[in-house]
Amino acid sequence: MQNSQRTPGVVPGRLDDATYRSNFDDLHPPLDAHEARVAADRCYFCHDAPCMDACPTAIDIPMFIRQIQSGDPDNAARTIFEQNILGGMCARVCPTETLCEEVCVRQTAEAKPVEIGQLQRYATDQLMAKEGHPFQRAEPTGRRIAVVGAGPAGLACAHRLALKGHSAVIYDARKKAGGLNEFGIAAYKAPNNFAEAEVQWLLGLGGIEIRYGEKLGEGLLLEELQDEYDAVFLGMGLAGVNALRTEGEEHAHVRDAVEFIADLRQATDLSTLPVGRDVVVIGGGMTAVDAAIQSKLLGAENVTMVYRRGRDRLSASTFEQELATAKGVKIVLNAQPVAFNSEDGETVSSVTFAYTEDGATGFKLSEETFTVKADQVFKAIGQSLKGVPGVLETTGGKIVVDAAGRSSISGVWAGGDCASGGDDLTVTAVANGRDAAEDIHAMLTGAAG
Amino acid sequence: MANLASEFVGIKSPNPFWLASAPPTDKEYNVRRAFEAGWGGVVWKTLGSEGPPVVNVSGPRYGAIFGADRRLLGLNNIELITDRPLQQNLREIKTVKRDYPDRAMVVSLMVPCEEEAWKAILPVVEETGADGIELNFGCPHGMAERGMGSAVGQVPEYIEMVTRWCKQNTRMPVIVKLTPNITNVVYPAEAAKRGGADAVSLINTINSITSVDLDAMSPEPMIDGKGTHGGYCGPAVKPIALNMVAEIARHAETAGMPISGIGGVTTWRDAAEFMALGAGNVQVCTAVMTYGFRIVEEMIAGLSNWMDEKGYASVDEVVGRAVPNVTDWQFLNLNYVTKAEIDQEACIKCGRCYAACEDTSHQAILMKEGRVFEVDDSECVACNLCVNVCPVEGCITMRELSKGETDERTGEPVSDYGNWTEHPNNPGASCAAE
Ligand SMILES: Cc1cc2nc3c(=O)[nH]c(=O)nc-3n(C[C@H](O)[C@H](O)[C@H](O)COP(=O)(O)OP(=O)(O)OC[C@H]3O[C@@H](n4cnc5c(N)ncnc54)[C@H](O)[C@@H]3O)c2cc1C
Ligand SMILES: Cc1cc2nc3c(=O)[nH]c(=O)nc-3n(C[C@H](O)[C@H](O)[C@H](O)COP(=O)(O)O)c2cc1C
Ligand code: SF4
Ligand code: SF4
Ligand code: SF4
Repeated sequence: MQNSQRTPGVVPGRLDDATYRSNFDDLHPPLDAHEARVAADRCYFCHDAPCMDACPTAIDIPMFIRQIQSGDPDNAARTIFEQNILGGMCARVCPTETLCEEVCVRQTAEAKPVEIGQLQRYATDQLMAKEGHPFQRAEPTGRRIAVVGAGPAGLACAHRLALKGHSAVIYDARKKAGGLNEFGIAAYKAPNNFAEAEVQWLLGLGGIEIRYGEKLGEGLLLEELQDEYDAVFLGMGLAGVNALRTEGEEHAHVRDAVEFIADLRQATDLSTLPVGRDVVVIGGGMTAVDAAIQSKLLGAENVTMVYRRGRDRLSASTFEQELATAKGVKIVLNAQPVAFNSEDGETVSSVTFAYTEDGATGFKLSEETFTVKADQVFKAIGQSLKGVPGVLETTGGKIVVDAAGRSSISGVWAGGDCASGGDDLTVTAVANGRDAAEDIHAMLTGAAG
Repeated sequence: MANLASEFVGIKSPNPFWLASAPPTDKEYNVRRAFEAGWGGVVWKTLGSEGPPVVNVSGPRYGAIFGADRRLLGLNNIELITDRPLQQNLREIKTVKRDYPDRAMVVSLMVPCEEEAWKAILPVVEETGADGIELNFGCPHGMAERGMGSAVGQVPEYIEMVTRWCKQNTRMPVIVKLTPNITNVVYPAEAAKRGGADAVSLINTINSITSVDLDAMSPEPMIDGKGTHGGYCGPAVKPIALNMVAEIARHAETAGMPISGIGGVTTWRDAAEFMALGAGNVQVCTAVMTYGFRIVEEMIAGLSNWMDEKGYASVDEVVGRAVPNVTDWQFLNLNYVTKAEIDQEACIKCGRCYAACEDTSHQAILMKEGRVFEVDDSECVACNLCVNVCPVEGCITMRELSKGETDERTGEPVSDYGNWTEHPNNPGASCAAE
């Protein structure tokens, strides 16, 4: 195949092997031992550290950094994992610039925070590279809990339950565990199959069984789980995608961004993955940004990301936006698609947008339109809850839960993207799963009412 | 431009920055390069008696302590005196001095504690044209076990005796280099003076073990599984050296005796501090071993700039200027009251001051809503710990209470000068009424 960035249509192999490799390599190369020491030395070991409050899993950041500083990365990693068993993935994917690092006092002082995420990766990588699992299960309790979804929420929940001596059985609709860690996160954030390796490492604790291809709502019923198990945790994420309902949406090469990203994450050889020459991404969140950047990295010549509102409403962080721009993605704001056009009546050839107005009188389309050439379009306008039993109360498309993760039905907990109150981040999903497990444990052992 | 020209015990040098007797001054090649770089003088690496030279270990001879980003803070060595033949050193000293007549060339000596040994070496050194000698009574390892170095420096009678021999047997100025490995530096300094020394130089290195290899269970540097104590130097020893210099400068019997200040001098500011406490010049070792000879450019420019700013025309105007303000604790003004004050604008809310004061001191910092840290004047004893642990320079300062102002901690108004000697709580206070 002799394709290049300028080959028209949706084709694979636009780049040479070396370029694919470097494009999808680690976004932030890991710190080496000296860099880690220097970075760790910058931490002030704050009292009641603000960074810790900003971490959804409340990792004892000053303590783990001090442990790195003292040449003890293993215990640093233990400090992290005690709070966040997916600390390895979180170190790679957390938008630290809006979490821990945003409130680091050195950000306040000199706009240069301690590199908490990178240090977390340094510590967790070291320990995970070692033989075995760092924790040991408590004496078996004989209690069994069903967990739906093997994403960050479900895995964190199951791990904490297993740690307490309970047995966790995870049901996942897919053939592979990890949830969006495995199928969603941008490839360059967690290269070298990290997501898969992390799940294997986590299961090393014991006491967790995963049953694949089991889908709640299709064959698997909540009542059955409630009957068979002592408790049920739902961590099924958002399996549906929002519809755009725009003229011409049925044309070939107009697809959901999450699907494209899942294909990309599962591809063993990126050069076999087709991508358009002119790609248009519709949306303004993390999914849109990731689809846009990765299209560009796969060799698309022009990538335009179009969002219907202004910059202030873009949910992708400034860092993500800057990364997209740096990779050559063009970001267009305040425009909404009105038609997907096709020259041959089958495949998409361009998209017509109308500018939008988002003022005091509300959100509306203006008269002015423009057309962008497109041989491939990715829709990334949000995911939605799917497969949730109707008996559960929902709000704004999420399962209603209280602070401990309890749903409206006794004996059923929920957390992560599928539940109310989260931020749709890996780290909040982990926190939800862990906290629900603690609450389930308290309930089962009679410590809570 | 301030005049940095220095005259120390009659030895002239273009600036007060000398290299201490150590590897940087162990051979002609090094010393020529040092002079080219601008160093005012050198004390040549310590020479021993004629005969087979000493032998150094062939494994690591240094250990170190590091600060952030591997900044070397303290160095430890188990090196001996020069391990090159005496005649070769003498030849080199002679040629270098001939080629750099304006630079100070002092030769460090350590020979057995017998008058004959000193009588033998002094004339051959004199013959090189060297400007002076420094008696190494300091080396704490290897040589001490042979009855030299600090073995002499720890016995004031020996210091006096050897110094006298030297004064009687040479016309060159004699500088006695003191070891810090003693209880009170004033005694060896007095002994040097009694023996007729022209000056003392201090400090030599401090007995130390820098670290332990926890796998091999051996001190480092480790030689074939074993280690020994070595001499500590570098920035970490500066506070110890400054105190020793000051003690000699203000002690009645030794006051006024020229002092060459050594120990952790790394920048022009360190040099200025030594000089303010009474050192006529300074000697540098670890700093050049860490960064190379070029640092003298920074030292010359920095000292001269500072002197210009302060209006000091010559080095002599700086020397000893802080000595009158070095006093005994008992004379400190107990009625001088300050309170810590936090600049809320500068505060980055790390809470270190709070942790320090709350956990380990006087519970005088309050942590308020929104991480606002404030000093409680009724508890603050003005210890300065918060100032020292605050990562933002100048964020916490000590406000001096003016006379008559009430100290909220004691409820008493600030009164006139008063020290411990006359304090009512002092059982030995001299009471005027009696
Ligand atoms: C493209 C993209 C990029 C992202 N990038 C980041 C990022 O950089 N940083 C970050 O912090 N977050 C990011 N996120 C968000 C993050 O991935 C999610 O918040 C997180 O994965 C939520 O975890 P979860 O366990 O709740 O759900 P998921 O990860 O979605 O896992 C849900 C699991 O449940 C299974 N499941 C679904 N329905 C059923 C059913 N009916 N029966 C059985 N099993 C079912 C799924 O197969 C899946 O394994 C990104 C999301 C996307 C889509
Ligand atoms: C490797 C090494 C060897 C030394 N050798 C001698 C020596 O032969 N004679 C001597 O008087 N002092 C010797 N010293 C001590 C230095 O001259 C100096 O007094 C000491 O290092 C303190 O100064 P600094 O902190 O600038 O290094 C040596 C120091 C080091 C590091
Ligand atoms: S806020 Fe920054 S400096 Fe303070 S403990 Fe956290 S990482 Fe360290
Ligand atoms: S000076 Fe000492 S007592 Fe006063 S606030 Fe600071 S730490 Fe506390
Ligand atoms: S140590 Fe300094 S910066 Fe930190 S909270 Fe206290 S005053 Fe503020």
